[in-house]
Amino acid sequence: MAGAGGGGCPAGGNDLQWCFSQVKGAVDEDVAEADVISTVEFSHSGDLLATGDKGGRVVIFQREQENKSRPHSRGEYNVYSTFQSHEPEFDYLKSLEIEEKINKIRWLPQQGAARFLLSTNDKTIKLWKISERDKRAEGYNLKDEDGRLRDPLRITALRVPILKPMDLMVEASPRRIFANAHTYHINSISVNSDHETYLSADDLRINLWHLEITDRSFNIVDIKPANMEELTEVITAAEFHPHQCNVLVYSSSKGTIRLCDMRSSALCDRHSKFFEEPEDPSSRSFFSEIISSVSDVKFSHSGRYMMTRDYLSVKVWDLNMESRPVETHQVHEYLRSKLCSLYENDCIFDKFECCWNGSDSAIMTGSYNNFFRMFDRTTWRDVTLEASRENSKPRASLKPRRVCAGGKRKKDEVSVDSLDFSKKILHTAWHPVENIIAVAATNNLYIFQDKAN
Amino acid sequence: MLSKGLKRKQEEEEEGKEALAVDTWWLGPGHPAVAHAPPAVASRSLFDLSVLKLHHSLQQSEPDLQHLVLVVNTLRRIQACMAPTAALPPMPSLPTAPGIADNLLASSDASLSASMASLLEDLSHIEGLSQAPQPLVDEGPPGHPTGGAPPSLGALDLLGPATGCLLVDGLEGLFEDTDTSMYDSELWAPASEGHKSSPEDGPGKEEAPELDEAELDYLMDVLVGTQALERPPGPGC
Repeated sequence: MAGAGGGGCPAGGNDLQWCFSQVKGAVDEDVAEADVISTVEFSHSGDLLATGDKGGRVVIFQREQENKSRPHSRGEYNVYSTFQSHEPEFDYLKSLEIEEKINKIRWLPQQGAARFLLSTNDKTIKLWKISERDKRAEGYNLKDEDGRLRDPLRITALRVPILKPMDLMVEASPRRIFANAHTYHINSISVNSDHETYLSADDLRINLWHLEITDRSFNIVDIKPANMEELTEVITAAEFHPHQCNVLVYSSSKGTIRLCDMRSSALCDRHSKFFEEPEDPSSRSFFSEIISSVSDVKFSHSGRYMMTRDYLSVKVWDLNMESRPVETHQVHEYLRSKLCSLYENDCIFDKFECCWNGSDSAIMTGSYNNFFRMFDRTTWRDVTLEASRENSKPRASLKPRRVCAGGKRKKDEVSVDSLDFSKKILHTAWHPVENIIAVAATNNLYIFQDKAN
Repeated sequence: MLSKGLKRKQEEEEEGKEALAVDTWWLGPGHPAVAHAPPAVASRSLFDLSVLKLHHSLQQSEPDLQHLVLVVNTLRRIQACMAPTAALPPMPSLPTAPGIADNLLASSDASLSASMASLLEDLSHIEGLSQAPQPLVDEGPPGHPTGGAPPSLGALDLLGPATGCLLVDGLEGLFEDTDTSMYDSELWAPASEGHKSSPEDGPGKEEAPELDEAELDYLMDVLVGTQALERPPGPGC
């Protein structure tokens, strides 16, 4: 059944009821640092789901075909391929260790039988080809079945090798390595709608690559000041427009978003549009800048809107209006009075991502205590759900959660002071078409589906 | 490194009500709620915390540039708010010990700004940031004293050892009464003559302004001294 695009009300409405589907990852209390998931991404069709972790591994899950004989599988995701994408490296010139942590994965649109994705750590982007092999050739002339070369002088007859079926083998091979183009830490990669180029962004620069060419890239944005003591702002995220191959946006640590048109000049130092919401003087504090820093920017599928995530809220912008967002959704406003503590323990610097559903009618982002939030843009309803092992019974409905910010705590409410700030949901993904979401909670990947699915 | 926050038991909620109070201490001076908080103490504590974060960040072999820039900007904001207190006499009448930061502000506001600017400028020579400079901070004694502890920071206990917290032993020590000698040895390398102060230095101890300048100079020398260990920047834009 091809699900309808995510319409309806995720928040206790009649249409959508989120249910637990699967959880991947170990149950151990002691989580190895390497197993912490650092990125999650559905493929364009949604049949593949990729995760990257701090240990530099990529795990790809594939959705099983719905099977009448196994109706309960309901299109479950199972491991399809696992490979080591990046290894820890040592830069001898600078005496620096380069982490193998996968910062981002982006799928290329499918063009043939093989699947391609880009994965990146702080410094190097790699293009991986994932292909299936389910046949092997037998009956070679020049070698035996076990691969040993035969003596050509002993060959008296020729035969045509035949293809025989074999167990499915999924192979991942690195096809391109794009290295040595970033001095600072890469935070974003984005494939262009032309399917030929992509961008990579670090703290101060954005480079444009051609997928076929690894030995050079073009610098299209450079905000490094001539005098580093004037540095007050860094690039935090960047993305290409989903349809206009000449348009890209990048966000900054000061809460601004710049839209650039590559047609206007080779170096996009001058933006075409500048999006910034004026600061509310009544809520100004020492931490105003930190909490305004944009941790993620995502275009809507339609290309008409973009969404930004800052520390306390998610904002939807109309690309035609630069002065302020058209929507602001509060994620965890109860943390505003805790900013000092969150500054002390560095939680205030956590980088939450956000995502759209397939029809752009709903958005999702993560929070603390393994909570994540969904906002319906049509009904303006929102809901807080939790990714936890306690709610992991198959097809169990997720119960909305509430945080009590003050006063008397009601039953089933969670007090702000008992939130676990080490359990943060930074990475979430929404299936491009159906109501299936993937939520990364430390080392576990939760998959939830709409009951109607 | 992951650490679990401490979950409050239900019965402790009554005692913990103060933790739910709004943190007004850290709001800007214009905020009405700050009226009943001593902003100088609050700002100074935050200032010290930020300086500490800055140091720890710079000690990383490859500091997180976004973190660094945000902390420096926050530090500048705090400093700008504290600028009027620079006119205070070297022996302020605050009940808590002033600590080194007050004297720094009083006498070397400009040089601190210059220090921060220079720190960032140093990064520009390195195109990709240097190896760790010689540690300035003695890792031994826990905690880094600053001003008095505002009661609303009881919420700290609940957050537990911080995931991203850069201090070795947590933050409680930050808000102990100021002990200048500990602060000196932690933050500023104890190389300046006359810098030795007994552990019992109470409030009101006046540091000669020259020593403060020497401390800053020493700090800068140590940081700049790492340049000698640098090789030319590697390939790449």
